[in-house]
Amino acid sequence: MFYREAGEFKTSYKADQATFPIRFDRIFFWSVTAFAFLVVPFLINDYWEKAVFIPFMVFALAALGLNILTGYCGQVSLGTGGFMAVGAYACYKLMTAFPDLNMVPIIFLSGAVTAAVGILFGLPSLRIKGFYLAVATLAAQFFLVWLFNKVPWFYNYSATGQITAPERTVFGFAVTGAAAQPATTYLFCLAFLFVFAWVARNLVRGRIGRSWMAIRDMDIAAEIIGVNPLRTKLSAFAVSSFYIGMAGALFFALWQGAAEVTEAFGINQSFMVLFMIIIGGLGSIFGSLVGAAFMVLLPVLFKNIFVGAFGWPTDLSQYLQLMLVGGLIIFFLIVEPHGIAALWRTTKEKLRLWPFPH
Amino acid sequence: MKLTRIALATALAVGLATPAMAELVFPSLSYRTGPYAPNGIPFADGYSDYFTLINERDGGIEGVKIDNPECETGYNTTKGVECYESTKGLGSLVYQPLSTGITYQLIPKATADKVPIHSMGYGRTSAANGKVFEYIFNYPGTYWDAASIIVKYIMSEEGGDISGKKLALVYHNSAYGKEPIRTLEKLSEKHGFSLTLLPVDHPGQEQKATWLQVRRDRPDYVIMWGWGVMNQVAIKEAASIRFPMDHFIGVWWSASENDVLPAGDGADGYKAITFHGVGDDFPIYADLKKHVYDTGKAAGDGTNAGTVLYNRGMVAAMWAVEAARTAMTIHDTKDITPAMMRDGMEALNVDEARLEELGLPGFTVPVKVSCANHGGPGLGAIQQWDAKAKKWSLITDYIPADREVVDPLIEEDSAAYAKEANITPRTCE
Repeated sequence: MFYREAGEFKTSYKADQATFPIRFDRIFFWSVTAFAFLVVPFLINDYWEKAVFIPFMVFALAALGLNILTGYCGQVSLGTGGFMAVGAYACYKLMTAFPDLNMVPIIFLSGAVTAAVGILFGLPSLRIKGFYLAVATLAAQFFLVWLFNKVPWFYNYSATGQITAPERTVFGFAVTGAAAQPATTYLFCLAFLFVFAWVARNLVRGRIGRSWMAIRDMDIAAEIIGVNPLRTKLSAFAVSSFYIGMAGALFFALWQGAAEVTEAFGINQSFMVLFMIIIGGLGSIFGSLVGAAFMVLLPVLFKNIFVGAFGWPTDLSQYLQLMLVGGLIIFFLIVEPHGIAALWRTTKEKLRLWPFPH
Repeated sequence: MKLTRIALATALAVGLATPAMAELVFPSLSYRTGPYAPNGIPFADGYSDYFTLINERDGGIEGVKIDNPECETGYNTTKGVECYESTKGLGSLVYQPLSTGITYQLIPKATADKVPIHSMGYGRTSAANGKVFEYIFNYPGTYWDAASIIVKYIMSEEGGDISGKKLALVYHNSAYGKEPIRTLEKLSEKHGFSLTLLPVDHPGQEQKATWLQVRRDRPDYVIMWGWGVMNQVAIKEAASIRFPMDHFIGVWWSASENDVLPAGDGADGYKAITFHGVGDDFPIYADLKKHVYDTGKAAGDGTNAGTVLYNRGMVAAMWAVEAARTAMTIHDTKDITPAMMRDGMEALNVDEARLEELGLPGFTVPVKVSCANHGGPGLGAIQQWDAKAKKWSLITDYIPADREVVDPLIEEDSAAYAKEANITPRTCE
């Protein structure tokens, strides 16, 4: 009914390999994208920007990064918060050292710095796997946070250890600082998310992505058929950290405007991103986005319903919202252990046959 | 069909339930959950109860009712920003986030939106320089005032000379806890004492290593910049290593009943600095009982009345109300905007006579704010905990801060901020 495939014939390999082989999907995707780029910027205000869209996009980017490492290459990482901190501090140092530099290269360079740090902390993955690797990345998390708190050079010797984003522009429009308009920051983040989701999607179905998945599914077998574990694992760490670093830079410069490493990039952040990809779906680009939406937007939604609409006490609403989000996580994982992306896949299969299931 | 109709009816009912009249909005960015709740709850209750009293007893400020929407921040900067953005549209007159981290986050935003912030005795110390920080206020005192007053007090205890003494600072490892370090370093140069820095990471439940170090180094005095559960744990640990409690002095945020009670008798003699009176022995409490507690309108569970942080919430609300009154007089209107509120805060003058009229005689230090000085008088008294009687008592008069150390530091830090944020300091006549 909704997914009527009758009459859609693929006549070339290119058409057969398209990301969205079904016309309905394609139309839906492009209309959502067009809506996000062309309509939302005219409607957005400070609240929607700072509490809904930017948080979602920043965490979507981080979840994409972690999904590349954990979901596609099978290397569990608990260092996401630390790597986001690297991105944020690299961004801060670059912003203050080169005041005239455009924000776009700053975000890229922050990602690149994080990629280098990621490779360094990825080295243990060549010898250890699974839970042991998780512990090694946990060390990265604590070490990096400690480092940014300890060495004053990273926060330009400010009295409090806070880093604050000065105003920087892109093509004459302020994207950071208090004067930045919601539409500008929104479009800036959206452009990054759109481009890098695209890149991720095409990376994971190409040669590099296949070698990551080979390592994930059985590393010895992969080695025997000629996949180089060193290059594969480290490239996964590099690409993943690149994404997470950019997310950290956007987190600091565009969303928060000021950050303090122990609070903003603690272990909670690592778990949060890990939960996003588990709930959304390991090894799925769509899953990263859905997981980020689930973890970021549900608390805001519940808060607005309980306090805004019902007028309940704020502490009650806070506890209730923790319980509800926790309950929903368990519910979704019981219904579909492979995440919401898998749930959506099943639904789609059913819809394609509906209303004639046999 | 039916469902949409029900939804529509609910939406309408919700819409109608909120009254549409001119109100003065004082949002409360509170935290009643999480590791900082023991301190956040009494403050939020005091803040809200004072506004309720003004509404019930006087019918609002000069007849205009006060609206006091709460938003839960959990002492978390991300949620704090969300709260700011969600309440900004209500016409909020002043923000009091009760968190140094959130204050740092909001300083540029609020300045751009022209909404004043009152970070009362917390936040960015150099905001005391009103020439640079037009919209930020931190009267009646700053962290640097507090640090210098504590050192002055220690000097008076030691007979005026503390050269060669060892002081240790146990601090919350965040922007908040790091604030006093620079001042203490300057003071250690001036007075010749040595300073040991002992950071405690959020949320501060684990401090064994810190206090082991105290036990080994045996500093003469320990100063604490703690908040939330960190306070209780530190006082318990200090008691368990038998550190002399009267040599352990906290900042005004490490000085509530909730911090000392868990340590029981061990906390006896613990000292802290404060800028307002203690207990519920003030005429205003009779009004509060009549108009707020007995009518069942008290915020929270109503058990916090008279505690240190409850009084502090009340004093914060009192200054906000007085500033709004001042703003109404200056602009000759009852419908004030946040920018007018700012003018009111800058012209705020609550002297002893006014405190007496408000039913708070001698409750706090007299405050007179000016264009250049947003930091107030910078006075603080030392209070001491009596574990037997379970109450705080003031043991000194109000001591002035060491201005010759604090003022140049404020000048230096605010100049750095002005340069960073491209602000040309205004001139104050």
